[in-house]
Amino acid sequence: MSTTNPFANLFGKSPFKALQVHMRIVLECAREIPPLFDALAAGDQEAVVTLKNKIFEREAEADKIKNDLRGALPKSLFMPVDRRDLLEVLQMQDSIADTAQDIAGMLFERRMEIPAFMKEPMLALARRSVDACEQSAKIIEELDELVAMGFRGREATQVEEMVEKLNLIEDDTDDLGIELARHLFEHEDEMKPVSVMMWYQLIEWVGDLADYAEKVGDRLRLLIAR
Amino acid sequence: MEIIATYGFIFMAMAVVFGLYMTWGIGANDVANAMGTSVGSGAITVKQAIIIAAIFEFAGAFIAGGNVTATIRKGIIDPSSIVNQPEILVYGMLAALLAAAIWLMIASSKGWPVSTTHSIVGAVIGFAVVGIGVDAVQWGKVGQIAASWVVSPVLGGTIAFVLMMSIRRLILNTDNPFQSAKRWGPAYVFLLGFIISLVTLFKGLKHLKLELSVGMSFGVAVIFGLVLAGIGWMLINRVKVDPSADRDFHFASVEKVFTPMMVFTACAMAFAHGSNDVANGIGPLAAVVSIVQSGGEVAQKASLPLWILVLGGVGIVTGLATMGYRVMKTIGSGITQLTPSRGYCATLAAAATVVLASRTGLPVSTTHIAVGAVIGVGLARGVGAIDLRVIGNIVVSWLVTLPIGAGLAAVFFFTLKGMFG
Repeated sequence: MSTTNPFANLFGKSPFKALQVHMRIVLECAREIPPLFDALAAGDQEAVVTLKNKIFEREAEADKIKNDLRGALPKSLFMPVDRRDLLEVLQMQDSIADTAQDIAGMLFERRMEIPAFMKEPMLALARRSVDACEQSAKIIEELDELVAMGFRGREATQVEEMVEKLNLIEDDTDDLGIELARHLFEHEDEMKPVSVMMWYQLIEWVGDLADYAEKVGDRLRLLIAR
Repeated sequence: MEIIATYGFIFMAMAVVFGLYMTWGIGANDVANAMGTSVGSGAITVKQAIIIAAIFEFAGAFIAGGNVTATIRKGIIDPSSIVNQPEILVYGMLAALLAAAIWLMIASSKGWPVSTTHSIVGAVIGFAVVGIGVDAVQWGKVGQIAASWVVSPVLGGTIAFVLMMSIRRLILNTDNPFQSAKRWGPAYVFLLGFIISLVTLFKGLKHLKLELSVGMSFGVAVIFGLVLAGIGWMLINRVKVDPSADRDFHFASVEKVFTPMMVFTACAMAFAHGSNDVANGIGPLAAVVSIVQSGGEVAQKASLPLWILVLGGVGIVTGLATMGYRVMKTIGSGITQLTPSRGYCATLAAAATVVLASRTGLPVSTTHIAVGAVIGVGLARGVGAIDLRVIGNIVVSWLVTLPIGAGLAAVFFFTLKGMFG
């Protein structure tokens, strides 16, 4: 008979699944950042290109999912969460992928060479930022359970705790970033001025990965509170 | 009177054909809606749904369906002014059947969420107004029916909401949700058996020569509930924790406990649908048959012959097996969001509401109640996304179905009157 049955129509596509799929891809983008700095430090331009391409591909994929999800969220959809909050979470997730793309683009296009004193601290910062992304992805994976529990009870408490932990990780990245910037400024006379500016920008961006990850968690908290 | 005597056999034959057509349409679309939540939650396959439907639709119509059939047969119109022209009622009922069946065909091919109940009620009213007169319609009763169309989905939604909340409190929000699910699972099965059987028995089953006092009804309902709970307990005990599935979704094993329970709700839903909606097809048929067989008596109190029920059952199962199959598949793949626990709440709530309405003789829309129950689960923040446009479509289809059913019935009524005189 028809595919447009009142029951089949009643259920919109759950936005939470798409949000999770989006986050998984975003996480893949972020995860490539430490190897990228590794490859850069090792002077392996080939690996840099491969990693950059991978990030760009993933970012495009994430964009597509983002746009599809946005298009599939008409106002007539009745969801257990506020539509605007949901879109905010999505936006924050997407910003992580965007930032990863910015970092990869800059490292590749400007053929940056990493100064020896920055190698280790930069990697540490990148790793910790990715930790933050991992944590926020873990939180997003809890969405199924949150829906099952109606965004209340133990599950909500557990997610709150995960968000707390995420905030702590983000604090770490702040410290690492400030430390690294201080290092950079100490060495600024030995470097080309533009390079100093660019590296400062990169430190900012790598820190932004964690910033956006934290915001994903914070927005999710709003989602729960409604 | 002579018209009935002359054309009696033709009228009967027409009534049987139209009745089959109508029940076929009900089976093709309506049953699929009723069973959709069970199939969608993955608890039963489409094939199992058809078998369950075949058995319990019939049981529902046979055991608990009499009141609705009576309402459609003689509750909506007052035939006292046409006692001397029984053929008017025969034309009317035939016209109503055909009108409702055709409108259902059109609507379901367009995907409009119309209700079989609304179609037939609209059609009966339509013929009564043009064939007998505005006063022949029991407007009080019609008002009651219309009110039940608003109240019943709300009631279904409320019950589903409460059930969902109780499952969260007793099972999901505990240290070991899986153990809690196993402990409370049989209690939920008991609840289902108890409610459905209590509602069914409460007013007694006169046509089965079974008159139970309130106390006895309670007793029987408790026993029935306990038996079901026992079966449920055995089924639930076989469910094992699935650690790999739990990693992905922590409540995966809990949901597995609800899967066997959904089989019971599927049966309950088919029973409820049978008690309410089969009457839409066989009510008018029964009216025609009783007039013809009694040689033209309009307002007698004949009981519902068994063969008519069987006919209705055959029509529904045929509809389900030929077309409903595909509809159910569509629904099943469309509502993956409905996990067994949510499906359980929605289906039990809907089934209980439908049976309750049926026992009071109010023809309600199973589809709309089921939609209401799902929204109840959604209000408990339990469903990812519900498209509220469907509600809009339902309201529109209400407003449209009644006049169109009535109009079509009027046209067919005059056609039949012209043909037979």
